[in-house]
Amino acid sequence: MPAVSKGDGMRGLAVFISDIRNCKSKEAEIKRINKELANIRSKFKGDKALDGYSKKKYVCKLLFIFLLGHDIDFGHMEAVNLLSSNKYTEKQIGYLFISVLVNSNSELIRLINNAIKNDLSSRNPTFMCLALHCIANVGSREMAEAFAGEIPRILVAGDTMDSVKQSAALCLLRLYKTSPDLVLMGEWTSRVVHLLNDQHMGVVTAAISLITCLSQKNPDEFKTCVSLAVSRLSRIVSSASTDLQDYTYYFVPAPWLSCKLLRLLQCYPPPEDGAVKGRLVECLETILNKAQEPPKSKKVQHSNAKNAILFEAISLIIHYDSEPNLLVRACNQLGQFLQHRETNLRYLALESMCTLASSEFSHEAVKTHIETVINALKTERDVSVRQRAADLLYAMCDRSNAKQIVAEMLSYLETADYSIREEMVLKVAILAEKYAVDYSWYVDTILNLIRIAGDYVSEEVWYRVIQIVINRDDVQGYAAKTVFEALQAPACHENMVKVGGYILGEFGNLIAGDPRSSPLVQFNLLHSKFHLCSVPTRALLLSAYIKFINLFPETKSTIQEVLRSDSQIRNSDVELQQRAVEYLKLSSIASTDVLATVLEEMPPFPERESSILAKLKKKKGPGAVSVNELEEGKREGGELNGGGERGGDGSAIAASNASTPSPSADLLGLRTGPPVTAAAPSAGSLLVDVFSEAGVNDDGFLRDLEPPTESSDSLLAEGPGDSDSAPPSVVSEDPATPLPESNELLNKFVCKNNGVLFENQLLQIGIKSEYRQNLGRMYLFYGNKTSVQFVTFTTTVTCPGELQSQLNVQSKTVEPLIEGGAQVQQVINIECLTDFTDAPLLNIKFRYGGALQNLTLKLPVTINKFFQPTEMASHDFFQRWKQLSQPQQEAQKIFKANNAMDTEVLKAKLLGLGMALLENVDPNPENFVCAGVIQTKAQQVGSLLRLEPNAQAQSGEQMYRLTVRSSKDTVSKRLCELLAEQF
Amino acid sequence: MQFMLLFSRQGKLRLQKWYVPLSDSQKKKISREVIQMVLARKPKMCSFLEWRDQKIVYKRYASLYFCCAVEDQENELITLEIIHRYVELLDKYFGSVCELDIIFNFEKAYYILDEFILGGEAQETSKKIVLKAIEQADMLQEVRNTHIACLFVLVYEVTIGSFPSC
Repeated sequence: MPAVSKGDGMRGLAVFISDIRNCKSKEAEIKRINKELANIRSKFKGDKALDGYSKKKYVCKLLFIFLLGHDIDFGHMEAVNLLSSNKYTEKQIGYLFISVLVNSNSELIRLINNAIKNDLSSRNPTFMCLALHCIANVGSREMAEAFAGEIPRILVAGDTMDSVKQSAALCLLRLYKTSPDLVLMGEWTSRVVHLLNDQHMGVVTAAISLITCLSQKNPDEFKTCVSLAVSRLSRIVSSASTDLQDYTYYFVPAPWLSCKLLRLLQCYPPPEDGAVKGRLVECLETILNKAQEPPKSKKVQHSNAKNAILFEAISLIIHYDSEPNLLVRACNQLGQFLQHRETNLRYLALESMCTLASSEFSHEAVKTHIETVINALKTERDVSVRQRAADLLYAMCDRSNAKQIVAEMLSYLETADYSIREEMVLKVAILAEKYAVDYSWYVDTILNLIRIAGDYVSEEVWYRVIQIVINRDDVQGYAAKTVFEALQAPACHENMVKVGGYILGEFGNLIAGDPRSSPLVQFNLLHSKFHLCSVPTRALLLSAYIKFINLFPETKSTIQEVLRSDSQIRNSDVELQQRAVEYLKLSSIASTDVLATVLEEMPPFPERESSILAKLKKKKGPGAVSVNELEEGKREGGELNGGGERGGDGSAIAASNASTPSPSADLLGLRTGPPVTAAAPSAGSLLVDVFSEAGVNDDGFLRDLEPPTESSDSLLAEGPGDSDSAPPSVVSEDPATPLPESNELLNKFVCKNNGVLFENQLLQIGIKSEYRQNLGRMYLFYGNKTSVQFVTFTTTVTCPGELQSQLNVQSKTVEPLIEGGAQVQQVINIECLTDFTDAPLLNIKFRYGGALQNLTLKLPVTINKFFQPTEMASHDFFQRWKQLSQPQQEAQKIFKANNAMDTEVLKAKLLGLGMALLENVDPNPENFVCAGVIQTKAQQVGSLLRLEPNAQAQSGEQMYRLTVRSSKDTVSKRLCELLAEQF
Repeated sequence: MQFMLLFSRQGKLRLQKWYVPLSDSQKKKISREVIQMVLARKPKMCSFLEWRDQKIVYKRYASLYFCCAVEDQENELITLEIIHRYVELLDKYFGSVCELDIIFNFEKAYYILDEFILGGEAQETSKKIVLKAIEQADMLQEVRNTHIACLFVLVYEVTIGSFPSC
């Protein structure tokens, strides 16, 4: 092979890299880099025109510096210049720089696109490939707009070289992923599909990725690919290990292409054509047979490539889920892997078997491996493998083995890794519920869960056990007894106290006959935990106490005593105090009848999908819990809970959440039951009646009954399922009204240009802006903080009222779709026509999980952004100050300091304001004076500013006096307003 | 594939290739997270990790970790072999590749990767063809160099040739 980098070795670059490597410290490295950056900057700015080689070398150095993790803010232009060089390596470096440092600087994009256009039409395949690589690497919308029409033509043209076709196919794929609306296959569809028949394996390999992606989105248009894929696969599978020459990898013919073919077939149901189907089944059988053959090589690459195809084939078999014979064979094969010495194979076998377990044909076959899997859970050294084993146990669980599996999982929980405990807890809770034959087992299991892993038992879990106990009267006595016993432990988890408080409050009477658990014993037991608990739990316990008063009149005086104590009735927590006061009043005023009505036993909960299942789904992400499993869950769960109607996925979470609101959820809160909106008023009015008689303010109770607010976040937190419960975003009703806090947000940006403009649980908006003369450019970055895509994302910038004639604001449209975790950028150009006071409004609309989000913010464009600093001497300053002496030219404000008076901070803020900070002008060194000119299209407005801090004003507070003088009265006034908020 | 990272045992990033649009700060954050996660793994552990809603597939070659993030439904084993093929390509091109080759010739490492994988999908899996494309590019530079050199010689000769007559 050629010695590397001959021909175009850049000595300067190598020296620089060595220097960096020899740096002993981070500081030394930064110093060296800054030196180099200064050098490059001066070369680029120098009068002497640089030759291509030097330009290439410097651009390459910049690239290296960037890849080290430093910011690069120049050199883009030089890189773009390199694109049009006719020297290959210069062009290549130029493209690499552009690909790595993508910068949607609009002017540059146009130049880059031009260079690409030239190379695409050059008919030189090497240049064409470079250009295509660049498009595929950047993949921006601008590029899609420019090239999405051209590339399909290149892809299918008869005279296109193979290598160019390959690049074109994947380039198109990338553009399709970013801007599907711009890539229209239409007339090209059938020719693209026929690339599967291309004689060049490389072309097929590249094209199939594109075809697979297109097929997923438009299966009907591409369905002819199925028979082509099957025949291609068949040819590969039946070829001898050397037939495909360079496409054979460690004796495995075309492993990448085989996997991709099998993946493509997974976009479709089994072929309808008998012949095609027969051929495919033959292929799958051959692949399974090959797995039994002795390996042709001892190299791990050989077995990996072979097994990659095998696993992909098994995925397809599972996808079809119609060939019992193949499914069972697949299961047996995976069973062998479960005990393989390669950790990777054990991991994949466990993972793949998980999906097999949900097929009715192979479920039983999977179950035969239970001992091996339990063993894996106990002995695997790698936590990620143990996790897979736990997943598989969960998937293979049914009525026949539930007790064994739940017991194993519980015992594993005691030593399980912290990272997977919460999920294990959820799984145990679900299995226990789903397969409970007798409810005492279920209650035991959940209480065990709380005992073993109390910290990891989420609210859903203990809410659920309560729902079930309430709904099943045959288990209530047992539950009361068991929880009473569990509470005897000297240290028990707070979740146990919650369950205990709730259940004894409802069903304590069922065990009160036994003197060992008499009402007072129960109460004392609960109350002994009271002081160690958090506020929400205490609130719940107070509700349990009032229920006790109803259940056991003999406890009334004891409990009233407790409620009356200072630590309750004067508790500093408003919720606890209110409950104590109200419960005390209720117990002393209301008649027994009223009391019995208000504190009646909880009515059964409406049947619904377990919120735990929803939580697990959310935790694992979509697709992790298969539909089968859910259906099964519904079916069997229905049996368990009396088979009532179940809400849809979405409402389930919302509803269960509503029924058990907030950590301070209590007995009375639960009374409302779902749907909360319907039930709340009736329950509420009942209470209103009670209290209007009693003459007690009912606010507190009503508040309890309201749907949960911020305290129930953990449940409400975003997830694709819970569209019913509007995500807790700030949504203003009227799109034209900005958020209440938008003025504050605006003030944050008076003295700075970059930062985070807005953030809630869904969306983050970052801002970067730059201003020159009367022009400004603002980059807005919309980041999707969720894992779910935002659709129909639109933004509008408007100038309300007279601002229309003062500012000219133009915004580029932004991509309508933001993938989960992704960020899109929007450029806004601003021209200041004349001075202005208001800020433009930015309205953002999008759909998130079906719910329309709509918010309006103020864009932080303020008049001071168009300042140009003016340096002047003391004499000049005062002369001008005097010239601006008309009363309306001056605005003054005296205000309290919001922040500490730190000279450096003040200076930084004034500089950020955009004026020149003048030293040695004011005779008092404590004061600050600034000068600047505001540039608008209509005129220039000179402004002077004086800020006088007074650290010890008479009032003892720190005060400022701010005086602004400018040639225009509105400007003085506005600047004064803006600045008064800054210090 | 979402991205590929090459990093040393000390956690120094040697090559990063992103196939999904992300901001620089997101990239930095992800790199840090992934590097930390992978470096914490012990030898003999399995090469696959669940990460966010994706899968991390990694393998260590001498002092370098090669690490890919792929979509959830992607085939782990074939990704592992993508990594291996890339290592083979580097090895063949540089001749017993070592970490230093990738540091000093990082641009070559990127070119080779672009020939092999484009937009996150395998473009050409034949070792021969990929290397031929890279060699051709190298040759293109050389031809031009020699071409220019010839031109110089020519000019020189003309000058020399005309010299006596002056």
